[in-house]
Amino acid sequence: MSLELIGITVLWIFLYGYVIVASIDFGAGFFSYYSVITMKKHIIHKIIDRYLSPVWEVTNVFLVFFYIGMVGFFPETARYYGTALLIPGSIAIVLLAVRGAYYAFSNYGSKDNKWYMLLYGATGLLIPATLSTVLTISEGGIITEQNNFISLDWQKLFGSFYTWSVVLLSLVSVLYISAMFLSFYAFRAKDLPAFKILRGYALFWSCPTIIASILVFFTINQQNPDHFQNMLNLGWMFGVSLLCFIIAVYFLWKQIKLGIAFIFVLLQFAFAFFGYGRAHLPYILYPYITIHENFTNQTMGTALVIAFIAGIVILLPSLYLLMRLFLFDADYVQGKLIKKGD
Amino acid sequence: MPTYDSVFYSRLLTETTLAFHIIFATIGVGVPVMIMLAELAGIKRKDPYYSLLARRWARGFVITVAIGVVTGTAIGLQLSLLWPKFMEIAGQAIALPLFLETFAFFIEAIFLGIYLYTWERLKPMHHLLLLVPVVIGSSASAFFITTVNAFMNTPQGFTLKDGLITNVQPILAMFNPSMPTKVAHVLSSSYMTSAFILAAIAAYSLLKKKGDTLYAKKALKLTVTAGLVFSITTALIGDLSAKFLAQNQPEKLAAAEWHFETTTNAPLILGGILTDNNEIKYALKIPYALSILAGGTPGSEVKGLNDIPEDLRPPLYVHYFFDAMVAIGMFAIVVGLIHMWYSRKKSRKPYPKWLLWLIVVSGPLSMLGIQCGWFYAEVGRQPWILRGYMKVADAATTAQNVDKMLLLFCLLYLVLALTAVKVLSNLFKKNDGADELMALGIFAGRTKE
Repeated sequence: MSLELIGITVLWIFLYGYVIVASIDFGAGFFSYYSVITMKKHIIHKIIDRYLSPVWEVTNVFLVFFYIGMVGFFPETARYYGTALLIPGSIAIVLLAVRGAYYAFSNYGSKDNKWYMLLYGATGLLIPATLSTVLTISEGGIITEQNNFISLDWQKLFGSFYTWSVVLLSLVSVLYISAMFLSFYAFRAKDLPAFKILRGYALFWSCPTIIASILVFFTINQQNPDHFQNMLNLGWMFGVSLLCFIIAVYFLWKQIKLGIAFIFVLLQFAFAFFGYGRAHLPYILYPYITIHENFTNQTMGTALVIAFIAGIVILLPSLYLLMRLFLFDADYVQGKLIKKGD
Repeated sequence: MPTYDSVFYSRLLTETTLAFHIIFATIGVGVPVMIMLAELAGIKRKDPYYSLLARRWARGFVITVAIGVVTGTAIGLQLSLLWPKFMEIAGQAIALPLFLETFAFFIEAIFLGIYLYTWERLKPMHHLLLLVPVVIGSSASAFFITTVNAFMNTPQGFTLKDGLITNVQPILAMFNPSMPTKVAHVLSSSYMTSAFILAAIAAYSLLKKKGDTLYAKKALKLTVTAGLVFSITTALIGDLSAKFLAQNQPEKLAAAEWHFETTTNAPLILGGILTDNNEIKYALKIPYALSILAGGTPGSEVKGLNDIPEDLRPPLYVHYFFDAMVAIGMFAIVVGLIHMWYSRKKSRKPYPKWLLWLIVVSGPLSMLGIQCGWFYAEVGRQPWILRGYMKVADAATTAQNVDKMLLLFCLLYLVLALTAVKVLSNLFKKNDGADELMALGIFAGRTKE
């Protein structure tokens, strides 16, 4: 495997990691707020809080990691995306900042402040929508370069049907992934009233998710026919993804094997995400940046891969510890280890 | 020219974001060290006051970490949005420390999350050990990100020709000449500032005589002592930095000192103002001091600004930042020494009010010192973004609308700052220290029985 392929694979894995943990996080913020306005807060809020509080900071790092890795492995992305994305990028930063800060304010500081909850719940839905437009942009035709002047064609961005189907998919899948995870978590916590509500959310959002996925699959043909053709060649991956979706929803419906159900949710998105990514190669920004021509110099590439391996050696045990303490520890999940005041 | 405005606004926006971020970043680097000291004192002396101190600091710390994280993410992404051409080069030459910084940050994030939620789950000593990766993570991320900044001051480890980078040596780029003094100064000044900020809180509650004064007194002693140690270290490293600048970036030191003619026996200029034709008025001149500062002996030659081409000179107003930073550093050391003198004798207690007020002031002043130091370091590098390689004007984005984004971010920081102040003050009003001591079963130094 060549260095650039290792590079993009590492980045894609981290982006996938971000999509999953951030979805759980963003969706949970929304459900948390929704539970307040529907007077169900006392039922599900604790479950959400118990999972999210120790991990929210980690979520953000996945995104930063992806971004820094991207600039490191493929420095020219900084110039193209950086110049073109000034406004959408700034808006995304503001949303991320508001969400992160108000999450902390509302969870560690002023508990029960409805406005703080609204801010972090609402921004949680806007962030995926904003970030997902980068996927449209990477298909080409929206960032243009003329006489060394890089610019973003807003009309093309918002005029594209593909853009809107990606936005739609990001919105509904956030709610779906999050609800699936929280159902599993509530089930483990033996908190049946919370489980009942969250299961309802998960089933409710599963339908739009799969419809939006299929919509995105076909509208890509309009935006970038080459990419669509590549995706057809990898059709089996999307087929497997659909199958995983059906199994996950079936288990949830039957209320059995919820841990496995969530693993199938992970697989569903993994197959779709990696299928999409693989079909996109070798382009990072069609048609300007490819992983081969715009890879960083070999020395830096090697240094980054070594740093990455060293980093992972420290990171994985730490993440494992985090999960053991807050995800797989039955007593913690059931709320037996929490004392008031923190 | 559309590019021109972008440069100006890009600079302004970057300055705003960094100035805001550095407040929380400094706290983020220094406070974990202080929490660790307090928890250690609590365990070693079996003194629940210190453990409570650690706990209350940690609670407020989370709020500041949150803002540190989000503004850190902001500056990270803004680098590409505002300085795309710089980042293209940075990606080739210094991606390694940037990349490692995220790992350090990752470790910090994971263990801070665990630390905050395991007060009751782990033995005190094990719980304390969780802070080790937090401290290592936060200090390591300061280390890595400062190497990037040091690289911008003294770039090395690559060849740049016609916009193309070749011959990259990542380790050499990272361990560039200004790295050691810069990293050391950043770390020790962060520890110092955090210690004084916590000291200011303790002194303030002593002044207001709120709650159990024994708790605040213990906090005061721990924080001011640590602050004194760190501020002396900071001053010593600052001296090394000046010697480094004299060797490697003479224009920065000369601008700070309004030193125009290259001479030996150069005087140090304190305060003063500069007239339009570069005459210095109302300043205090200390003979030979600049030469001693720059080279260790009065006979050391100090390069003057007249030997630097005019278009490569930094703005001369950096003098004020430099003086303010040094003055604040000295002030902190003096306050620390007075406190030490008072704390050594029982007869000199309780502390006089003026001393407590001096300590209260030293907290915000230290933060101001950090800001001044960074403004001096950054503006002193003008007009370069990569000294000797790339000018700021050539690195900025060509995109329009930077001015509108500037407004957007100013609004964001204003709102974040106001909410943070509100949330933090509510947090500590709601959980009074005295009540918590009662809950632990102790009050006024005695166990309640």
